Amino acid sequence: MHGGGGSGRGSFDEDEILGKAYDARLMRRLLGYLRPYRGLVIIALLIILGISVTEAAPPVIAKFIVDSAIAPAVNGQIGIDEGLGRLAPLGLAYIAVLVVSSGLRYAQTMLASYVGQKAMYDLRVQLFAHLQGLSLTFFDRNPVGRLMTRITNDIDALTDMVTQGVVAIFGDIVVIGVIAIVLLVLDLRLALVTFAALPLLIWLTMYFRRIMRDSFRSIRIRLARINAYLNENLSGMAIVQLFTRERASFRQFDDLNTDLLNANRGQIRAMSMFFPAVGFTRAATSAALFVAGGFWILKGEMTIGTLLAFWQLVDRFFQPIGDLAEKYNIMQAAMASSERVFRLLDTKATIVDPPHPRELAHVRGEITFENVSFAYNEGDWVLRDVSFKISAAESVAIVGATGAGKTSIISLISRFYDVQKGRILLDGVDLRDLRQQDVRRHVGVVLQDPFIFAGTVASNIRLNNEAISDQQVRAAATFVNADKFIERLPQRYDTVVTERGSTLSVGQKQLLAFARAIAFNPEILLVLDEATSSVDTETEHLIQDALAKLMVGRTSIIIAHRLSTIQNVDRIIVLHKGRVVEMGTHRDLLAQRGVYHRLYELQYRAHEAESSAKTG
Amino acid sequence: MTSARATFFHYLGRHRLQLLVGVFLAAGSSLAAVVPPRFIGEIIDSLQRPQATFDDVVHLALLIVLFAGLEAVLRAGARYVMLDASRKAEYSMRNDLFAHLQRMHLAYFQHQRIGDLMARMTNDLTWVRQMMGPGIMQGSFTVMLFTFSVLSMISVSGKLTIIALILMPLASLTFWYIGRTVHLRFERLQAQFGDMSTKAQENFSGIRVVKAFSQEDAETKDFAKVNHEYFGRAVSLSAMQGLIWPSISFILGIAVLSVLYVGGQDAIRGELSIGALVQFVAYLYLLQMPMINIGWISNMFQAGWASLGRLQELFNAAPKITDPIDPVTAPIKGEVELRGVSFAYGQTIELHDISFKVPAGGSLAIVGPTGSGKSTVVNLIPRLFDVQQGEVLIDGIDIRRRPLEQLRRAVGYVPQETFLFSVPLRENVGFGLDEKLTDPQLDWAGDVSQLNKDVEDFPARYDTMIGERGVTLSGGQKQRAAIARAVAKDPRILILDDALSAVDTYTEAEILRRMRGVMRERTSIVVAHRISTVKDADEILVLDGGRIVERGSHRELLERGGLYGQMYRRQLLEEELEVDEEREEHEKRVKAQSEEGPRLPMRPRLGEIGGEP
Repeated sequence: MHGGGGSGRGSFDEDEILGKAYDARLMRRLLGYLRPYRGLVIIALLIILGISVTEAAPPVIAKFIVDSAIAPAVNGQIGIDEGLGRLAPLGLAYIAVLVVSSGLRYAQTMLASYVGQKAMYDLRVQLFAHLQGLSLTFFDRNPVGRLMTRITNDIDALTDMVTQGVVAIFGDIVVIGVIAIVLLVLDLRLALVTFAALPLLIWLTMYFRRIMRDSFRSIRIRLARINAYLNENLSGMAIVQLFTRERASFRQFDDLNTDLLNANRGQIRAMSMFFPAVGFTRAATSAALFVAGGFWILKGEMTIGTLLAFWQLVDRFFQPIGDLAEKYNIMQAAMASSERVFRLLDTKATIVDPPHPRELAHVRGEITFENVSFAYNEGDWVLRDVSFKISAAESVAIVGATGAGKTSIISLISRFYDVQKGRILLDGVDLRDLRQQDVRRHVGVVLQDPFIFAGTVASNIRLNNEAISDQQVRAAATFVNADKFIERLPQRYDTVVTERGSTLSVGQKQLLAFARAIAFNPEILLVLDEATSSVDTETEHLIQDALAKLMVGRTSIIIAHRLSTIQNVDRIIVLHKGRVVEMGTHRDLLAQRGVYHRLYELQYRAHEAESSAKTG
Repeated sequence: MTSARATFFHYLGRHRLQLLVGVFLAAGSSLAAVVPPRFIGEIIDSLQRPQATFDDVVHLALLIVLFAGLEAVLRAGARYVMLDASRKAEYSMRNDLFAHLQRMHLAYFQHQRIGDLMARMTNDLTWVRQMMGPGIMQGSFTVMLFTFSVLSMISVSGKLTIIALILMPLASLTFWYIGRTVHLRFERLQAQFGDMSTKAQENFSGIRVVKAFSQEDAETKDFAKVNHEYFGRAVSLSAMQGLIWPSISFILGIAVLSVLYVGGQDAIRGELSIGALVQFVAYLYLLQMPMINIGWISNMFQAGWASLGRLQELFNAAPKITDPIDPVTAPIKGEVELRGVSFAYGQTIELHDISFKVPAGGSLAIVGPTGSGKSTVVNLIPRLFDVQQGEVLIDGIDIRRRPLEQLRRAVGYVPQETFLFSVPLRENVGFGLDEKLTDPQLDWAGDVSQLNKDVEDFPARYDTMIGERGVTLSGGQKQRAAIARAVAKDPRILILDDALSAVDTYTEAEILRRMRGVMRERTSIVVAHRISTVKDADEILVLDGGRIVERGSHRELLERGGLYGQMYRRQLLEEELEVDEEREEHEKRVKAQSEEGPRLPMRPRLGEIGGEP
């Protein structure tokens, strides 16, 4: 029995799949990313023009081979040797065209791929940087998987569209234009015969495109349905089996599957006819060319070479028209993706720096909560009218039952969220009047889940801050008792660690997080230290010792689960259901026999008994 | 155990007639395709002759149209028949896979991640279908068209055929090399895609730390680095992929030129007519398609076969919990007994020598710390898992000797983690019933589970959709819906696995009061954390580390003052902390309700706002 009812089906959502094939506004915005590369884009367009010419050239050369070398020799107008002699330069020209054409094609592919990939690289970095600026509320509401899809798959779909879609569509149109001109120049009459087939071809393409679009949609919807059903039934298989629903659930699955099969068969009917129909149109056009060409050749008004050139050019002329229809799918996928990506880019950060931030020259570390009320979701208050003042260098423990609002206090001081009522002051200045970076530079946080970034032990302490020297990294680790286990690692400070599949234990991760916090030497220290059961006794002692050392000389706010910690702090603030109910030292509060006393009985005494049992 | 090959032929075999027809149509279409070049050659030649008439040309052109039409019709037929067969095969495979998975035991789904199963049933199935459909179809077309074209070329000129095909090995070699390099670079790109995803995933998951240490810019720089490597690898892949088209058209161009050059010389010498030369070039163009397709088809078969192997793994997984060969079908009264049961998940032993007996209609409660094995005990009763040692008996008969369906029909189970389906609430409650749930049944189940009063607030009451496309239920509502679902089944044995944890204490008391009525005629086994849930049970087991450490009635256990006694005292303290405000809130709610009358429907109905539409 995994998962909650109906969760985790995001990727099979019907609405996610359908999108418009073309949206001018999105397209303009997307093309804006090509602007820095407009020089290369112009070169690519010129190359496309060159390709179109080389595309039309071989049939024309073949025409001359027939008309000026073979046919006159066969008809005896010129001698055999002269005919053979004329063949050679034409052959060389043909090879030259082939070489140039292949070279241009390759150059064009490379340019398109370079520009497209580079532009989308820019977009991807921009999106990532934008996400970095969004507030935690945003990350609370958007699952990581969804953001991942945006930054990976969606942008890949856009890259496909830029490198294959846009360029190819433009290329196809230019090829059609150039060949049309060549046809007109070669022979006006045959050109008109060829163009006569165009309406039919375009109609065929449009007609099938519409059918395919409709069936594409209905297939995607059915596929999404069947996958959602499948996902849900696999996740809830235990319930299906416990409630003996196998037969009924199979019947429903079969219904969905049959529905999908029928939609697919509908598409196959259309798809099967399209390519043969286009092929037949081409063949029929060739036949018409032979009839018309034959008529004028017999009248002596046209050469055989011209007819043959048309016969070959027709294929090259019709090919891109059919291709245009195929680009449809790429465009459709990309439009949906670009809409999602841009929507994300347009999401405004809710926590922003003030236009004229106050500067903090020297931070003492005094923290004041003035009538603070806070809710993650409107109306659902987590903190209610909380007021307290923590002097510089004072150490305070915040205690309370689960859900009392302890974690929120830490998040608010780091300004991960803004309060709805009241204000929070740092050295008498409202946090909202300061730059976020300034606040966070002075506030060191040790979170409950000590996150490990992929990198080395040292890079996890230093966190990209090159100002922190190797020596400082080592000093920080030594200070928090992390050096002992680091020295035992295979490459010591250079040992590679990752979050998943990490070789570090929970306790070791916690020590590393302490070292990280202390390396930045903050004036204010926030520690979220709730119960972790899987720490061995030895490490537990190291952590306790490190925590005590960390608190010396800096404002410290600890959410503690260890009795030793709360006994050592200057003051304890007791939160209950979002309100401050008691405040004082451990001894005073115990004497009051209020909420703290009960909490103590419940949480700390039991824990203490457990750990003494472990040690003893 | 069957092989992937056997599966391949099994599913294709069902449509062998259709496929055979398809192959014949493809052959006919390919045969028709090689005819028009002959007429084109004749037209060209007849135009050279002084005695040629326009009628001859028209006659030949009509023959071209006729054969082109024949080719198109046969081709459409072949495509339809073969693609259709592959879709039907896909349909059967999907159904069979689903039915097979339905028979698999729970441990299989815990071991095999759902995401992985989904990937196999979507991506892999698509690849297999691509192989069976477009793969086989294009394969047949390629082989036939190649054969017939080459035969026709030989019939025109053996010498020109050799010249045209002399480049073929070179072409194959080139494509083979490009294909291999593309494959390698593609894998390198995929690996980098993975790195880039990991980087993004890590950043998004650790965004608190990133922000706390003001690492946004540094992280962006880091991501840009990984992304730049991805960009570089993508371009290097294009550098290889981009070679494919130019080299195909180059090689084909050289072939056409060689034919034109050598054939042109032959024509000038009068050894070959111009028409024959044109006919030959036309065959070369026909060869273009098969040449391009060969690489594509081999890819399709490689990928398809690999995917088929992964689907075969699903088919080969054997269900571990199955019906007995000679089942005992005596009706179930409800006496549940565990006799010397031990159980292990993998290496970790979960239960040691557990024995208890609950008479039909009796009640048993199980308490104990997290991980003490409480859920494992109740999971054994409807055979979600089978015991490794000892036996589970119902009415004195080992449950492994009963038909699975009969056993599970007799058990109403409310799991620890609630799972509801995204169907209307009514269907969720009636999930265990064969026939439709009647209104009185629904009302009764809703009353016992205290769901009825919540449902008043839902837009379409019991017809409201649950899940993403409907209302999102709170944890407590979900649990109560699950209780209603289990009760509606009218089971002989009712199992509640920590099923009231998200329900507030007052509602819990209400539910328990009503449940007592329900449970009187049924055997009930309740797993819980709260003493209030279990204190009225006939017998209470206290589990710790997979062993029964205490057993007895509430009063007996309190007198003993062991683990149960400790739990009891802790909960009294907790209640002191919680209860004051909870009672306050509850009283406030009750008061508000009585003042406002029933809380819903407050929302005006459509007809009331704007009159009849």
